[in-house]
Amino acid sequence: MSEQVDAMATKELEFVTLVAGGQNFCIEITQIREIRRWSPVTVLPHSPDYVLGVMNLRGAVIPIIDLAAKLGFEKIEPTERHVIIITAVEETIVGLLVESVSEIIGVSTDMVREIPRGPEDATTRAILGIIAIGDEMTKIINLTMLSPRKDQVAA
Amino acid sequence: MAHDPSILEAFFEECEDLIVALTEGLIEMREGHADAETVNAVFRAVHSIKGAAGAFALDELVGFAHKFETVLDELRSQKLKADEKLLRVLQRAGDILADLVDDAREDKPANRDVVDPVLAELQSFLSPEDEDAATEEEFVFEALTLDVGMPDAAPTGYRVSFQPSAEFYALGHDPALIITALMDLGETSVDVNLQDLPSEFADFEWSQGYLSWQIDIAGLTTDLQIQDIFQFMDDICALTIVPLGIIDGAPIQALDTLPECDPVSELTDPPIAPDLAEVRTAPVNPDPEPTTQRPAKKPAATTLRVDPERVDRLINAVGELIINQSVISQRLEEAELPNSAELFADLDDYKFLAREIQEGVMAIRAQPVKPLFQRMMRIAREAADATGKDVELITEGEATEVDKTVVERLADPLTHMIRNAIDHGIEKPEDRIAANKPEQGQLRLSASQRSGSIVIEIADDGAGLNRSRIQDIAVEKGLVSPDASLSDQEIDHLLFAPGFSTAAEVTNLSGRGVGMDVVKTAITTLGGRVAISTNPGFGTTFSITLPVTLAVMDGMIITVSDQTMVVPISSILETVRPNKNDVAKLGMNNELLKIRGEYVPIIDLAEQLGNQSSQREMVDRVLLLVQTEAIAQCALAVDDIFDQRQVVVKSMLGNYGEITGVSGATILGDGKIALIIDPDAVASVMANKTQLNTDNGEAAHVRAS
Repeated sequence: MSEQVDAMATKELEFVTLVAGGQNFCIEITQIREIRRWSPVTVLPHSPDYVLGVMNLRGAVIPIIDLAAKLGFEKIEPTERHVIIITAVEETIVGLLVESVSEIIGVSTDMVREIPRGPEDATTRAILGIIAIGDEMTKIINLTMLSPRKDQVAA
Repeated sequence: MAHDPSILEAFFEECEDLIVALTEGLIEMREGHADAETVNAVFRAVHSIKGAAGAFALDELVGFAHKFETVLDELRSQKLKADEKLLRVLQRAGDILADLVDDAREDKPANRDVVDPVLAELQSFLSPEDEDAATEEEFVFEALTLDVGMPDAAPTGYRVSFQPSAEFYALGHDPALIITALMDLGETSVDVNLQDLPSEFADFEWSQGYLSWQIDIAGLTTDLQIQDIFQFMDDICALTIVPLGIIDGAPIQALDTLPECDPVSELTDPPIAPDLAEVRTAPVNPDPEPTTQRPAKKPAATTLRVDPERVDRLINAVGELIINQSVISQRLEEAELPNSAELFADLDDYKFLAREIQEGVMAIRAQPVKPLFQRMMRIAREAADATGKDVELITEGEATEVDKTVVERLADPLTHMIRNAIDHGIEKPEDRIAANKPEQGQLRLSASQRSGSIVIEIADDGAGLNRSRIQDIAVEKGLVSPDASLSDQEIDHLLFAPGFSTAAEVTNLSGRGVGMDVVKTAITTLGGRVAISTNPGFGTTFSITLPVTLAVMDGMIITVSDQTMVVPISSILETVRPNKNDVAKLGMNNELLKIRGEYVPIIDLAEQLGNQSSQREMVDRVLLLVQTEAIAQCALAVDDIFDQRQVVVKSMLGNYGEITGVSGATILGDGKIALIIDPDAVASVMANKTQLNTDNGEAAHVRAS
């Protein structure tokens, strides 16, 4: 019986790994709608500096966030080679500008660890947990922390 | 009890229609041009609500509707007289019933403080036996039997003739079950009529109904129970219910089955015995459907209930179509094809078609403001009662159609404005008499369509705005600095400033801190504007201007520091390319535009939106003269203007949030997004900076962002 419960608890999850601000991050695949190349956006007035603007995604107006800047790194200078990951959390659709997207990894939930306690900053607040793969480590991004709307409510 | 929510929802929608019918009927009755059919219509509405509410175990609703219905039944059987007092109570009861339906919909308990007094008033019209009876529904009709123990007055039985239609059978109804149910009501004799049966077997159509029945039921004094049995079949069979007394000229049922009569009830109930002759001359009386063929209540299937979600999907698709159309025309122009005149003619056709489809789809969402206005009548009555003022609410243009969302979201602001008008605008009766006005105050609520906008006006004939007091209060609350010199219009607009409330004493009606600023915010989010005009001593008029649809608007395409944007045409008065002489410097940074002898402030749009201002001279730019609430007129400086076109409005709220100065976004022909500028917001940020105290200006700014 208990084995069965365990089997239920250790689900297989898939993550898309990406690079932002020179570091490895990942996003759960079910939260990703699509990945597309960077194209110029429409700038929004009075917006925080990590909000690049809005773009047209098949008729919907989607805000684009510079993930690196949001996480406290230096701003990305977007070029054709940069990538936008369109994410959907609940009803909110947001595009994240990242430096590159690497691969899809499959991990079981028991491989996801909590962040070791340490000093907090913009990056650690936006991270749900970490995954160790071989020698490397990748960090799961908490998308609900990134929504520009949440920021405004807080402010 | 667990019910399918969609069925429950259908019930509430049905209730809305019924309440509209009910309210209409009550108004007609009050105005005095009601006939028996009106009373019946009102009765049926209440009865249907009660019946369906019973099925959902909405006990409070059933209880109230039952009492209401009992009084109405007394009225239609002419045991009660429709005097002013009764009609007043009935109208209140109608209001309460609507409230109860709303409460039930929101699944919250009824407000007994409001319901109980009305319930008691209704009760006061009923004779004591009814009171006992009313507690137990099943006994109501027997209790009424006591009343009819009297002379040969009201009917003692009914003749039901009914002929099922083919549809009746097709839907799987069984006449035998109905007849059995009727037989349970009392002593019954049933006759079947075979004369319609075809004589030749070959003529026999298996799906047709050839039989008709005539059932005499004795011992009934009202046809309520009969109506109940036929409740869901009235339009699929020919049905007549006639009191037996009318047919035979004499009551059939002897009195021996009746219990002892209560002598008190005879005395306390004088209008009980309308004589038989009267019943005859007015055969409409207890029978809701006097004609032989029961006419369909509402013309069947004139309305279609559609999930709004589906309509929204359609609207989105049409929006895409319009964008697609502009993409194609832009591409074709860029391609510079030879001999393309025909192609462009076809393209124009495409444009017209797209626009027509779009208008058609929008029309699906349009709804008359009538139910909204009727609700306001309730609000006005409640407010008048609470303040002890006599106010008449006159509504005009109820048939004006507005987008469904607008109708829904207007309810709160309108409620607030009506309460305000009654509480603050209209004077107390004694003051009115002193001012040589009729004692009864008048409030006029009107809706009309004016070239692409809907205008809703709330006009009272009260004392008008007291401008010096408004300014005093604004100073007192720190909204303006004491030495500010404000124009009349600016003072009027202080009413909409956050935290402003004029009521000297806080009444429980208005003045709860949430003031007119909430009204204004609600209307602004709908893309509308509010204006005030006041005539001291003669009243105040608030007019709300709203776009007909929320999804599409006509816009001017502009550029501001390399960004393409859209300004709503509705707010642009004219566009000006200024001469050097037209621009006057005002201090270091500010400039004024001289136009026809007037000086209006110039707002650099790029600067207001936090973009780098283009270093161009004003002379090289284009000025859009706009009319806004905060500043009567101002000129928005933009880099260039291109085109006027219809744009599809996309909300930014869902994915991003509110942006000061921007009301939404749209997608242009090249697929890029252009922001839609809200000139009112831009100007009010400006106005806050210059006019109001820095503290409050800052606060307003933060609130808006």
